[in-house]
Amino acid sequence: MRKIRLIIGREIKSKLTNKTFIIMTILAPLLITGFLAFMIKMTQSEKTEQNVLVIDDSKLFKDKLVGNDYISLSFSNDQLPKAVAEFSEKGYSCVLWISPTVIEGGAGATKLFYKKSPGFAFQTYIKDQMERIVYENKLKANNIDPNIISNSKQSIKIILEKVNDKGSTEEQASFGLFGFLTGALMFMFILMYGMMVFRSVMEEKTNRIVEVIVSSVKPFELMLGKIIGVAILGVIQFAIMGIITFALTTVLSTIFLKDVSAQLKVFQSQQEMVKKNGTNVNFNQLEKFDDKLEVFDLLQKIEKIDFVEVFICFVLYFIGGYLFYSSIMAAIGSAVDSEADSQQFITPVMIPLMVGYFIATKTIMDPDSSTVFWGSIIPFTSPIVMMSRITNGVPMWELVLSLSILFVSFVFTTWLAGKIYRTGILMYGKKTSWREIGKWLFYK
Amino acid sequence: MADILQIKNVSKKYSNHVALNDVSLNVAEKSVFGLLGPNGAGKTSLIRIINQITGPDTGEILFKGEKLNPKHVERIGYLPEERGLYKKMSVGDQVLYLAQLKGLSKADAKKRLAYWFEKFEMQSWWKKKVEELSKGMQQKVQFIVTVIHEPELLILDEPFSGFDPINAQLIKNEILELRKNGATVIFSTHNMGSVEELCDNIALINKAEKILDGSVKEIRKTHRTNTYKITFKGNLLGFTNALWTGGEILDKHTEDDIHSVTLKLAPNVSGSQLLQAILPICEIHSFNELIPNMNDIFIMKVNQGNEIVGTKSNYTE
Repeated sequence: MRKIRLIIGREIKSKLTNKTFIIMTILAPLLITGFLAFMIKMTQSEKTEQNVLVIDDSKLFKDKLVGNDYISLSFSNDQLPKAVAEFSEKGYSCVLWISPTVIEGGAGATKLFYKKSPGFAFQTYIKDQMERIVYENKLKANNIDPNIISNSKQSIKIILEKVNDKGSTEEQASFGLFGFLTGALMFMFILMYGMMVFRSVMEEKTNRIVEVIVSSVKPFELMLGKIIGVAILGVIQFAIMGIITFALTTVLSTIFLKDVSAQLKVFQSQQEMVKKNGTNVNFNQLEKFDDKLEVFDLLQKIEKIDFVEVFICFVLYFIGGYLFYSSIMAAIGSAVDSEADSQQFITPVMIPLMVGYFIATKTIMDPDSSTVFWGSIIPFTSPIVMMSRITNGVPMWELVLSLSILFVSFVFTTWLAGKIYRTGILMYGKKTSWREIGKWLFYK
Repeated sequence: MADILQIKNVSKKYSNHVALNDVSLNVAEKSVFGLLGPNGAGKTSLIRIINQITGPDTGEILFKGEKLNPKHVERIGYLPEERGLYKKMSVGDQVLYLAQLKGLSKADAKKRLAYWFEKFEMQSWWKKKVEELSKGMQQKVQFIVTVIHEPELLILDEPFSGFDPINAQLIKNEILELRKNGATVIFSTHNMGSVEELCDNIALINKAEKILDGSVKEIRKTHRTNTYKITFKGNLLGFTNALWTGGEILDKHTEDDIHSVTLKLAPNVSGSQLLQAILPICEIHSFNELIPNMNDIFIMKVNQGNEIVGTKSNYTE
């Protein structure tokens, strides 16, 4: 045990003092949150101020087409050519021209003249309003009250209630994307730390230090020490990355999402009100959030995720999956003499991981299909696929079965890897084949 | 003297070749033992079995009368033929780590490390990374790693390959000093000069089998060919006549009327009989028996062995 501890210690120390490792640990969360912040910033910066000169030859839109915080509209009776010639001198950013034929439709009925593109969000904002105004106008022309139409419209939200074995039901978050992301994260982690074990084993072999070490410790102890060392390192790295990411996202979300979460509270209280009072509610107030409904939906789904369950499962499946794959990686690392020879051995190990990843993408669309079920039971793919299912509510027996199989399998792969490793580390200057590795299993 | 190591009928087979076939040998305590043999003979396989890196298929090994077990690794020091160090790790940390793996406490390891670093004048290397050291410097570090836990048995696989002459001499001196202090040293080598210089006993392995073992002196004695080299002043013809049928001249040459003759005596004629016969007729300058050196014996034995194996058909498959 003392010797395994020494090996673990060296493994951790050698990486923790490695500059690349330190830089990666700190840089990765910075990059991720930086990227997220950039994306949010990008969507917000589209809202540049627009001062629009409207030439409405159809006379339909005056007082109906309205601006907002960053779009101001001024209606004018100028001739179009004159307006187009002079708008920027007069301080307008663009000219919106609406032809008298707009109500009949057709291309070219509405034109926007600009020097600097006002962006897609602006176009959508104007277009949506105009379509609504034309729509109401046509209804009125046919003597239909637009209120009847709008009151006849009812959006329907399906609430998913999974019936569990005891017959009771629970509301499902059904947040497939989140599940997929945790599955993808698992894929990345297993691959990353598996490769770390692989490199560490290969390094000892190519440095020719390994024979000195196995004259002091059993090869199996050396392999185990390495695998455990990298696992601890992984947990340390994960914790550091987690803390940095959490801190950064908290800071960023208070900056960027402050308004949204306040609005969400209002929205939720309104929802409660609707539930209680039925339709006797002032619906005009609810419409205010139309453009935010998707964001609200996302936030509500995130709120419903049982992060404790996800975290515990993630840790368990990471341990199982990592040990399963890293022992295979250790065996391969012992068999090759250089990184160049390693590709033929790494590819077959990558394939089941990739398959797991693809099944995880399928989980978003079809979480209860049999492919997904078997994917989450078979140990080659179960860590990734089960994580992608977890937010959909997985019955306890499936979790227990899948984890048991995974843990029994890693004991088996570790034992198998130990046999290969023992022989592989002492084979120098030979090109190894799968056949050869097969033979090593039977050496005494 | 007691045996530190008894190897009894050890065989080891890999899937398509036999590495060791029923090898038995004993290594006396406090001696230097040479394990000789051509490349691929099975020396490294035997050494790995003694180090418990691999196990024998059949046979057993006793270490000081006890069956070899994992506790013994701390009493053995091993310098493999394929030897290296962690390139990115500092010299001090590295030796400390490897010494602790051999069972030393950190404090003990530090103390002994200080001794060796001073002895080899390398105190300033402590914080250096191995990749910053020259090859010769790395070899010194490797040697220290092998001996730092003061092993009773030291096993060196081809210790002189890759060492420069200065380091090789340093290692030779250390081997002799370690033996003086009570350690037993086994080393494998192709370098026959070092065998005669250092070894008390040897074993010769060829094609997985032991073909010769014993003390270096004994082996050389038993391989005597009754060959002598005599230099003398006088009549060469008279010399030849005096010899008559007692021997056969292998080589002769003359320089400034000093004759130098190499001759092989008949089996029933001794060196002193020869001396008596030639003493009256010439003035003898030197009289030496030519005892074959280890190199000759090695080549002779290996060639013999190859012929035998060649006719015996192969036992490998």
